[in-house]
Amino acid sequence: MAIRLLINLARFAVTYVAATVLVFLFMRAIPGDPAQIALGVNATPELLAQTRAEFGTDRPLVVQYFDWALGLPFGDFGTSYVTRQDISPLVLDRVQVSLILVVLAMIVALLIAIPFGTLAAVKHRSAGGILVSGLSQLGVAVPNFLAGILLVVVFAVGLGWFPANGWTPPGQDFGDFASRVALPVLALASVQGAILTRYVRSAVMEVMSEDYLRTARAKGLGKMEALFKHGLRNASIPVLTVTSVQLAALIIGAVVIERVFVIPGLGSMLLDAVGNRDLLTVQSVVMVLVAITLIINLVVDVLYTILDPRIRKAS
Amino acid sequence: MRSNKKFGLAAAVLAGALSLTACNAGAGSSASPEAQQDSVTVALTGEPVNLDFTTTAGAAIPQALMSNVYEGLVEIDQEGKIQPLLAESWELSDDRKTYTFKLREGAKFSNGEPFTAEDVKFSIERVQSDEWVSSLKSKMDVVDAVNVLSDTEVEVVLKQPSNAWLFDMGTLVGAMFDPSGVDDLANTAIGTGPYTIEAWNRGQSIELAARDDYWGEKPGVETATLRYFADAVATTNALQSGDVDVVYNMQAPELLSSFESNDKFQVLEGTSNGEIVLSMNNKEAPFDDVRVRQAVMHAIDRQAVVDTAWNGYGTVVGGPVPPTDPYFEDLNDVYPYDPAKAKELLKEAGAENLDITFTVPTRPYATAVSEIVVSQLAEVGINAKIESAEFPAVWLDQVFTKHDYQMSVVLAVESRDVLAMFNNPDYYLGYDNSKIKDAAAKADASDEAGYAAGMKDVVRTIVDDAAADVLFIFPNIVVADAKVTGIPANSVTEALDLTNIGWK
Repeated sequence: MAIRLLINLARFAVTYVAATVLVFLFMRAIPGDPAQIALGVNATPELLAQTRAEFGTDRPLVVQYFDWALGLPFGDFGTSYVTRQDISPLVLDRVQVSLILVVLAMIVALLIAIPFGTLAAVKHRSAGGILVSGLSQLGVAVPNFLAGILLVVVFAVGLGWFPANGWTPPGQDFGDFASRVALPVLALASVQGAILTRYVRSAVMEVMSEDYLRTARAKGLGKMEALFKHGLRNASIPVLTVTSVQLAALIIGAVVIERVFVIPGLGSMLLDAVGNRDLLTVQSVVMVLVAITLIINLVVDVLYTILDPRIRKAS
Repeated sequence: MRSNKKFGLAAAVLAGALSLTACNAGAGSSASPEAQQDSVTVALTGEPVNLDFTTTAGAAIPQALMSNVYEGLVEIDQEGKIQPLLAESWELSDDRKTYTFKLREGAKFSNGEPFTAEDVKFSIERVQSDEWVSSLKSKMDVVDAVNVLSDTEVEVVLKQPSNAWLFDMGTLVGAMFDPSGVDDLANTAIGTGPYTIEAWNRGQSIELAARDDYWGEKPGVETATLRYFADAVATTNALQSGDVDVVYNMQAPELLSSFESNDKFQVLEGTSNGEIVLSMNNKEAPFDDVRVRQAVMHAIDRQAVVDTAWNGYGTVVGGPVPPTDPYFEDLNDVYPYDPAKAKELLKEAGAENLDITFTVPTRPYATAVSEIVVSQLAEVGINAKIESAEFPAVWLDQVFTKHDYQMSVVLAVESRDVLAMFNNPDYYLGYDNSKIKDAAAKADASDEAGYAAGMKDVVRTIVDDAAADVLFIFPNIVVADAKVTGIPANSVTEALDLTNIGWK
């Protein structure tokens, strides 16, 4: 168990360092000069040189890389030359917003997927099961931004039940927070829930065909009782894997949803920073996303060993 | 049964959360009408990246701050005329080189410091120093000396007479700063204006609060919130759901029809300083030949461009000068729509069946305009291939800096920018300014009448040379709650002046 954790941590570190190099080089490879954007159509060669020197983008790439990368482990992302502010506290603000959104969406998605997926598996021959399967198929096909736009058109612009967009921190005014977060969470969760429903369905169907479940039924347990007692824990492993992968996908999906709903999360920060070629901010936000993804993987790996004694013993 | 219980609990929590959400949704959308009278929320696209327009370009920063937080000695009114602001009055010497300003008494910066003649000297000299990193600072090159005569009197001596200078003092280069208020301009704005920045929720909004100690008349509302959106659709959604009261400088005219037919809303179409400039690289083939450029001018039906691309909003003027400038004249008759003439000119220039690349920035107006332009060019035998360029990053790099383009289109937003665009051969348009250089200098140095007449000649020369095709003057479209009053419909400087906005 300890060795498995160590290997995972080493993998984490190597991936992280490789990612820093990649994102750094990628941001330098795309066209666009931060100094040029800061000065706009009022730029002259002299002013450009002055601004580049101020931003530090005229230094050798190696210097720029280490200047940035060595601060990362200490949570020091540097100072943005676009906003002229420390990046770390700004990113921290935005991370909270995105995490609230993504975690709520995942919870709602699971609350949709687990009961409906199980239902679709247990009653896969009846009309209800087929309906769930069909709806989930439809949900998978809809991109979440489209779901978002449709929700806005119907529930905000049309019916006026919810505000169309915007964000209020939960600590400031919880009621307003809840009304503003409902549609974006629903947009993310409906698509995610549809995807997960399909995985839950196939996982449960697989479990239902196992011998031990037949044995449990033979002992006299009812279909649902056998499934809950013996089946769900086994079905949870593939679902957990998919959930972790989907959680990472959800964070990316939130980038677009944040745009649609004008939510000040990491996604909108990332898009603005790319547009302004705010290199340090882009790099830092991407590294935060990478870190979140890697941490999810790490946690899931630990959860496997808890859920499945065979994995625990194997290592 | 353990998992079953857990599941039941989770379901109950969700149900609770959802019902909570539903109750509060109603509460949130029914803001009390009295509270609304005291505040206004304006939707804009494009958030400032910081608050320092002395080092950062773009319209967003001065749009939020000028007239509201910062003020100049003079201001430009809705008709484009110069009006007193921090200067009560001024006198111009007979040689037209010395302006003596009499300053408003009792004006204070928001940090409590009084506004005096020393601040005028400080602010003007700061533009000339290295602290200002923007080529707009060249507008202050003409100033020779600033002499403080008393606390409320200041004399500005110019190197040569200049009509443009006093106008520029009403734009952002004329903003008055306090020496103790410039340490952190990117994050803190201290001016003499009617508002201060109360809060800035990055990625969302800037809240402006009316000052109790403002020298002038109090603004119409206590709180003005500028809310920033990624695109026009989000702004109109927010207007329809009652989250914002005004959408200013709306950039999607195709969304207007539903508001025009609804009594609860008003739609205003004002003019702006923005010209949609169809640029032709004057220094590179094929557009180094004036006949090819003239052919393009004749080939494009500008009214059809406005009608198709921008739903008829916008003013076709045939030249690079908006109607609010003193040297404006309608130049539509210089190059009327005449495809036959265009073909003839192309034939003369030996440029039939021309293939060109049309670099289009990723902006709604540019995409909309480019399609109709391409189809009209095709009718006279110019095959334009559209190449998209991310705006601003790639467009600035490729077109503006490297001049690596044949044709492009961009919205030029600076006020009175005709000379900035055409009186500089190193500008991306590449217009050879030898014909207008002296005439422009002479016009600037003469009296008001001579200025207008001289500049008209300059503009005529530019248009005769087909230096660029100004397709139309960009409209300033405002959609608002019908009860909102005092919205500045015309956008004559960078500023969005919020001081007169109020409720019926």
